[in-house]
Amino acid sequence: MIDPVRDPVRFIDERTSAAPLIKKAMRYLFPDHWSFLLGEVVLYSFIVLIATGIYLTLFFVPSTAHTIYHGPYKPLDGQTVSDAYKSAVNLSFSVKAGLLMRQTHHWAADVFIAAMAMHLMRVFFTGAFRKPRELIWLIGLLLLFTSLLEGYLGYSLVDDLLSGMGLAIGYGVGLSIPVIGGPMTLAIFGAPFPGKPEFWSRMFITHVLLIPLLLAVLIGLHLSLVAARHHTQFKESARHTERRVVGLPTFPAQTPRSIALLLFTAAVLFLLGGLIQINPIWQWGPFEPWLATNGAQPDWYLGWLIGALRLMPSFDVTVGHFTLVPNPFWGGVLFPLFVLAVLAAFPWVERRLTGDRRVHNLADRPRNAPNRTAFGVAFLSWVFLIFVFGAADRIFVLWGLSYDTQLFMFRIGIWVVPLVLFFVVRRVCRELRAADLLEEDQERAERAVAQREGAVRAGT
Amino acid sequence: MRALRWLLAVLTLGRLARRRAQPESEKERIVPKGTPERGAENLVLLFFMLTMIFAAGFLFVYAYFNASSMPNELLGICIGGAMACLGGAFLVIGKRLVVTEELDEDYPGENPEEQEEVVQIIHESGSRITRKRLLIGAGTAAAGALGAASLAPAVSLGPIWDTGALDRSPWRRGRRVVDETEAPIRAADVLEFTFYTGFPEGAPKEDIASSLVIIRVNPAKLKLPPVRAAWAPHGILAFSKICTHAGCAIGLYRKPTFTPVEPNDALVCPCHYSTFDPYTGGTVIYGPAGRPLPQLPLEIDSDGNLRAAGNFSARVGPGWWNVRSKPTFGTD
Ligand code: FES
Repeated sequence: MIDPVRDPVRFIDERTSAAPLIKKAMRYLFPDHWSFLLGEVVLYSFIVLIATGIYLTLFFVPSTAHTIYHGPYKPLDGQTVSDAYKSAVNLSFSVKAGLLMRQTHHWAADVFIAAMAMHLMRVFFTGAFRKPRELIWLIGLLLLFTSLLEGYLGYSLVDDLLSGMGLAIGYGVGLSIPVIGGPMTLAIFGAPFPGKPEFWSRMFITHVLLIPLLLAVLIGLHLSLVAARHHTQFKESARHTERRVVGLPTFPAQTPRSIALLLFTAAVLFLLGGLIQINPIWQWGPFEPWLATNGAQPDWYLGWLIGALRLMPSFDVTVGHFTLVPNPFWGGVLFPLFVLAVLAAFPWVERRLTGDRRVHNLADRPRNAPNRTAFGVAFLSWVFLIFVFGAADRIFVLWGLSYDTQLFMFRIGIWVVPLVLFFVVRRVCRELRAADLLEEDQERAERAVAQREGAVRAGT
Repeated sequence: MRALRWLLAVLTLGRLARRRAQPESEKERIVPKGTPERGAENLVLLFFMLTMIFAAGFLFVYAYFNASSMPNELLGICIGGAMACLGGAFLVIGKRLVVTEELDEDYPGENPEEQEEVVQIIHESGSRITRKRLLIGAGTAAAGALGAASLAPAVSLGPIWDTGALDRSPWRRGRRVVDETEAPIRAADVLEFTFYTGFPEGAPKEDIASSLVIIRVNPAKLKLPPVRAAWAPHGILAFSKICTHAGCAIGLYRKPTFTPVEPNDALVCPCHYSTFDPYTGGTVIYGPAGRPLPQLPLEIDSDGNLRAAGNFSARVGPGWWNVRSKPTFGTD
C-alpha cells in the first residue's frame, strides 16, 4: 500500500538521513509582525525578476550592430537602429506577452529596490542590526548597492535614448575616479564612449549572469545567517524576551502565509506590468551619442545620484595640468560610497557611543532609541532631499519653481533640514518615551490599588 | 477507460492509507488540534475556482489575439488576477484553516567550548612546522604570484596602458563639416538662434570626438580669446557636442529667458544643466561642469561649405586625470 506522506518521507530519510533537519526546519519559528514582511517582498520580487528576465533573454539581442527596423510600430519603420533596441521594441510589439514580461520585469526591479530600501529602514530604526546580526546588515547593504548597479545595467542594455544618456553619464562618472578612472573606464568600455561592440556583451553577461549570481549568493547568505541567529522580535508580551523567541512554526502556520505573500507580490507586479506603462522605449527612440533630450529621468533608485551630480558647484580639483578630481566624482562616486560607509559602520559606531556590547534579540521601538532614530531621520532626509533635487526639472515643469531658485534652496536645505530634524525627532522620541513610562507607572499603580482593594475586601 | 480505472485505484489507495493512519495520529499530537471551519474551506474552494477562471482567461487571451493586437492590460489582469486569487486561497489557509500555534524556544547562543576547540585544533595542527614565518611568507607570495598571473588576462579588456584613445579626434584642418545625412553644411544655411549638429565628413559619427554643435551669433557680440579671433567666420561657432561634465550630448540651445541675469543665448546640457557661453568660447556659466566646452576652429571654403580650420581647443569629453594636458589628437 502507498502512503502518500509516509513513503516519500521515509524514502528521503533513508537516503539522506535528513529527517531531523526537516523536522527542525518545519518547526523553525518566525516572529510575526507586518514590518517583517518587507524583506520577504524583496525576495519574491527577485524571483519574479529572474523568471521574467529569463523570458526576456530568449528574445533580446545584446548587440549594437546597426539594422533597419521594420515592424508594427509605424513611427520607427525604416529607421536605422541597433539590434538591441530593435529586439526590445519587437519584444514590446511582436512577441505575444512580451510587453507584459518586459514591463513586469521593469516594475519588479523598481519594487525590488524600493522594498529593499524600506526593509533597510525597518532594520535600522528598530536596531535589528545590532549584535549578533551585524553580518546580516553588511550583506544587506552589499545587496542593495549591487542591485542598484544591476538595475542600471538592465535599462542601459536596451539602447534607447534614455539608456544611452545614462550610459554616457556612467562613462563620465567612471572617468572621474581620481588617477585610475581613465584606464579603468577604458578597460570596461574597451574604447572611448560609446565603447567597442564587445562592451554590449560585457554588460549583458554582467546583467544576466554575474550580478544575478552574486545577488542569489548574497541573498542565500543573508537568509541563512538570519536562520542561524533567528529573527528579532518586538517585546509584545512577557513571553518575548532576549533569550526566548516566540513565533509561528514554518509548517504548517507560516508556509501558506508566505506562499500567499509570494503570490500577492507577483500578482501586483504583473498587474502593474499589464496596466501601467513603464519605460516606453519606442517613444524615446534609438540612442546616438550626439542626442540628448530634456526631462529625461532615470529609474527612481538612481535619482539620488542625479541629484548629487546636479547639486555640485562647478569645479574640478587640479594640480598643474593634472585633473586630480573631476567634478562627477563627488556626486557619482564619493556620495554613494559615503552613504554606504556610514551605514556599514553604524553598528560599530553606535556600539562605541553607547558602550552597549550586549546581544540584542529584541527589536527597539524607534522612540526608545532617540539618538539613533534622530540620526537616522536626519541622515535619511539628507539623502532624500538630494534625491528630490534630482527631479528639480520635473518640479519646475509641474509647479513652475525656477531651477535656479531650487538649486539655491536645496544647497542650503540639504544641510539645514537634517540638522533641524535631528533635534526635533530626538525631542519627540524622548517625549513619547516619557509618556510611555508614565502610562506604565499609572497602570502598575492601578493594578496595585486594585489588588489591595481585593485583599481588603477578602479580609473583611 | 484505463486512465480512469487507474485514477480510481489511486484514490481508493489514498483513502485506505488515510484510514490506516488514523489510529496512529491519535497517539500523541505534535500539532495541536483545531476546530474544523467549513466556511473557510468553502472560501478556499471559491478562490481556487476563481484562479482557474483567471488562468483560463489568460490562456484564451494569449491564444486569441496576435502579437500586435494583444491587449496587454487584459493579459496583466488575467495573470495577476489568477495569482491574487491563489494568494487569497493560501492566505485563508494560513490564517483560518491550518493550526496557528505560537511556540517559543531559546534563541541560539554562542559556543565558547567549541570556539576553544577550533582554536586548539588549528594551533596543534601546525606543531610539526618549525619555520612558520618563512613558510607563511613564501606561501603568501606564491598565492599572490598565481593570483596576478590569473588576473592578468583582464588587461585585454581594453587599452589600459594606452589612454591615448581618449585623446583622439577625427578632425583635421580642411575636413568638411557634414550633417547627419553626410550632406555638407553650407555657411549660408546656418541661421541665428538655431542649433545644428555637425560631423566630420567620412568619419564614424558615434565617435565621442565627432559631433559638433554649430550656431551662428552676432559677430559683434563675440568675446573670444584673442588667439581664437579667426575661429568663427561670420559669427559661426562650432563646439564639441559632448558635455565636459559627464559626457551627455549638449542637447539644448537656450534663448535668454530673463535678460537681466541671462543676457545671451547659451548651450545647455540636459543631464545636469551645465550651461556654456558660446560668446566667450564655451566657458561654464552655470551647472557642475568643471571645464569649458572645447571649440573647433571653422573656415568657409570656396563653395561656401564649413570646414575645420584645425582641431579642438582642448581634449573632448568628460574629465579624467589627463584631460587638461596638451592634446595631441593622434589618429587611429
Ligand atoms: S553631463 Fe552635461 S551636465 Fe552633466
